[in-house]
Amino acid sequence: MRLPADWPLTVTAALLTVFGVAMVYSAGQTDVPTFVVGLWRTQLLWVIVGLVFGYGVSRLSVRLVDAVTVPIYVVSLVVLAALLVVGQGAGTAASTKSWLAIGGVRLGQPSELAKIAVVLMLARVLSASRAAPSSLRELVPSALVVGVPWLLIMAQPDLGTGIVFVGIYFAMLFWAGASWPLLVMAASPALSLILAFSTGIWGGWFLLLLAMLAWVRPPRWEGVGLVVANLVMGVLAPLLWGRLDPYQQRRILVFLDPSADPRASGYHVIQSQVAIGSGGFFGKGFTLGSQKRLAFLPEQETDFIFPVVAEELGFLGVLVALALFTFLLHRTIRVAGRATSPFASLVAFGLTAAWFTHIAVNIGMTVGVLPVTGIPLPFFSYGGSFMLMSWLSVGLLVSISEEGRGRAGGLVV
Amino acid sequence: MNFHPNEVQRRARIAMLVIQGVVLVLVLAFFRAQIVQHARFALAAEDNRLRQIPLPAARAVIYDRRGEIIAENVPGYSISVLARSERVIRELMERIGTLSPVTPEQVGSAIRRYRTDPSRPTVLFTDAPPALVAMLEERRVAFPELIVQSAPKRFYPDGPVVSALVGYTGEVNDRELADSTFVDYKPGQLIGKDGIERQYESQLRGREGTRFIEVDARGRIVRPVARTDQLPSSPEPLRTNIDLDLQRFVASIFGDSLIGGVVVMEPTTGAVLALHSAPTFDPNRFTGGIPKSYWELLQSDPRRPLYNKAIKGTYPPGSIWKLATAIIAMEQGLVDIDDRMPVACRGGYQFGTRFFGCWDPKGHGNPTLAQAIEHSCDTYFYQLGLKIGLQRLITGGLALGSRTRSGIDLPAESRPLFPTDPARAYYDKRFGPQGWTNAVTLNLSIGQGENSQTVVSMARFYTALATDGMAARPEVVRRSPERERLFSLEPRQMRALQTALTSVVGTGTAAASRIQGITVAGKTGTAQNAQSREQYHAWFVGYAPAEAPQLVVAVMLEFGGHGSRAARIATRIMEHYLKGAVVAMPEMAGE
Repeated sequence: MRLPADWPLTVTAALLTVFGVAMVYSAGQTDVPTFVVGLWRTQLLWVIVGLVFGYGVSRLSVRLVDAVTVPIYVVSLVVLAALLVVGQGAGTAASTKSWLAIGGVRLGQPSELAKIAVVLMLARVLSASRAAPSSLRELVPSALVVGVPWLLIMAQPDLGTGIVFVGIYFAMLFWAGASWPLLVMAASPALSLILAFSTGIWGGWFLLLLAMLAWVRPPRWEGVGLVVANLVMGVLAPLLWGRLDPYQQRRILVFLDPSADPRASGYHVIQSQVAIGSGGFFGKGFTLGSQKRLAFLPEQETDFIFPVVAEELGFLGVLVALALFTFLLHRTIRVAGRATSPFASLVAFGLTAAWFTHIAVNIGMTVGVLPVTGIPLPFFSYGGSFMLMSWLSVGLLVSISEEGRGRAGGLVV
Repeated sequence: MNFHPNEVQRRARIAMLVIQGVVLVLVLAFFRAQIVQHARFALAAEDNRLRQIPLPAARAVIYDRRGEIIAENVPGYSISVLARSERVIRELMERIGTLSPVTPEQVGSAIRRYRTDPSRPTVLFTDAPPALVAMLEERRVAFPELIVQSAPKRFYPDGPVVSALVGYTGEVNDRELADSTFVDYKPGQLIGKDGIERQYESQLRGREGTRFIEVDARGRIVRPVARTDQLPSSPEPLRTNIDLDLQRFVASIFGDSLIGGVVVMEPTTGAVLALHSAPTFDPNRFTGGIPKSYWELLQSDPRRPLYNKAIKGTYPPGSIWKLATAIIAMEQGLVDIDDRMPVACRGGYQFGTRFFGCWDPKGHGNPTLAQAIEHSCDTYFYQLGLKIGLQRLITGGLALGSRTRSGIDLPAESRPLFPTDPARAYYDKRFGPQGWTNAVTLNLSIGQGENSQTVVSMARFYTALATDGMAARPEVVRRSPERERLFSLEPRQMRALQTALTSVVGTGTAAASRIQGITVAGKTGTAQNAQSREQYHAWFVGYAPAEAPQLVVAVMLEFGGHGSRAARIATRIMEHYLKGAVVAMPEMAGE
């Protein structure tokens, strides 16, 4: 029997998983033992669960997946909504309601599986029309597909997963063929909000936006709506923000992102960089990282697991990990390029985007190029639902790859 | 929906470029942190995990002249913690407080130490009682962050007997920490506060050692580090001139009832054999923080135990200063030892409209200078003072060191009070141009008036009388002796003065204090003072044996009455030293 598998993809994912479980084991090797010491066994269990389900999914035809997309999506929405009432906090997400528990047994974090549901539903909606969306009005259905679960997740609140949804959405719009100006216009209110901290920068950005609108000439009301939305975000929001007391501002920030407490996150970043930097080229040796051993690294088995890699295996280990990730992503883009249907292609690219957002934001945060956001690293961070989601993704990608096998896509890879 | 293969290929290429770009940024960021800035972060990692625990050093032992211990160190314990915040310290003290009483003052000083130097382990208890140490060690699991270590503590075997001399040690305070003299001191460390401990601080202080330990993120001690400890070291013992046996005897004479000061010196070397101030305090109780009750007791005692009456207190010298008047006059050639004054003593001297009484209302007839010294005749000295004149009296007094510190090697010696030169300007400034008459001369000539001396300064003056006019600088710790000429008299005159001083104890004012077999020379003083009209300060300064002086003794009894009382104490000290004790000094190693 020939196992249907995209071997380069599967093997890379497997290598990353072995690497990851080893790092979870190492994260537990501290001088003052904590509960982390035994987590690698649990993680291994979840890997097996992930492999089983991933294999199962890989045997399904893409058409069947297409057929069950709507029920899966609806169930996801219902579970996410229910979480706001019955959800529990635990682990790194202690202050949020991201956990589903029945009878006191925590089953997992449904938001991880919701990522896949959203990718599937988006692929379905975007592949339904013949042409790529060309105006803001045409973005409305797809925006709703992402927006509803996004709001439910932001209400938990879970900024990290929220960011991943945004990454998935824009990547899939791009893959569906949406034009750059449309993507920029869709993102413009959010960009205005971010750039509003400096009047000068925001002013420049606003002029650029006006110039672009003059060039693209979108439908009149869309153009007016965009200008108004950007003005509100860029001018009113900072004014309102400035009227708040510092403690209120902090509360909103902490609400948006529980890990955003300035002192705590500052401490995290500093300790993370010390661990990374002290690793040097060859590292301190597997399980021997002093910062990790002495628990100076926060969340070293989940969000800050990559500094353990950097501290113990050095720059060399970092290069190996990044190379594996890069190869994996190239391989999945190749799968997307060779897919037999727009739906399958979009699913493959959406899953790629989900992984990429996780990898870039997580590693970027540990090394200090991005702000601290609670977001895990695929195949490395301890977490059952996340490992399951990753291997379900691998299964889906293998299935899509299998159907596209032998098809001359004429792709670069 | 455009899925033309060319379009897909184009997008795939863009997507890969984006991924490669982001990965490149990450690689560069890691390159920067791990290769370029590796050294800095490696250091930060080291700092993160290593903590330096200071190992307290013992202070140098202080010996007396025969090698008996004046100050030593005994084992003690200090308890400290590597705290990240004041809150940690408060919580810890609260938890310890549930096991054993912790005073708010202890919490306060722990917080103060933390604020002064948060990076150092904060000392919670400088001298922890053994019971507390045992209790905390039993509950080590509950207090993993505590650093319990041995800290040598100061012990003075003779306690109160040596307090005026040795002073005491205590924790360095904020004012001292701000002082540039003590720039390398850290909060929680010990420092000499008074006496020898203060004067010779730099020689007594040990060098603190360092132990390196590895801690985790919560400051819990994980293990000692392989890096070798720097062991603390204590300096060479300090050898003093003190005769501990004599010191004990002096203290025993004073007991609890007498108030005053004593200085015993060798007349030629200046070696201080004993120095005492009564009442005393127990310097051992200052170790590890003075109990509040004891501090308040000392502060509220009207006899001021903490006030050193041998070197800090200044008192009108009274008749013991008459020798200064005599010397000034003899140096000027105004009088010789057998000269008499124009007016005989009939219990006083009429000066203008005022009558200046002699201490003995029966009068002394018409004595010679020698007899006037022997019987301390005020009438004689009033006239002698007038003969010298105010200006010359003051110039002479200043030359004899009446306004000069003795130079004893103990901290905070007071400077004696005495008029400055020129005399007229001094008195005009003090009383106003019309506010004074030549009557001040009469007062000065008998050691009253604007004249207030320390016990040690009078002892120094009498070392010149006991020898040949050269005064020896008092030396508690052996230094090279330093002598200064105060006056020059012909040997004949010198001998005559010394004979007069001998007859003071033989047949004069201190005749009751004679000792069998030893000739004592000296002078009594019964000084009026501003504090009390009835109670006089009793003085005696003298030396023995008169023919070959081995020691000068200065005794002052605050409100002690007549000088003969002081004389009795002084002669007992002389007797004990000359008859009882071994005088020879054994050779010390290295000398």
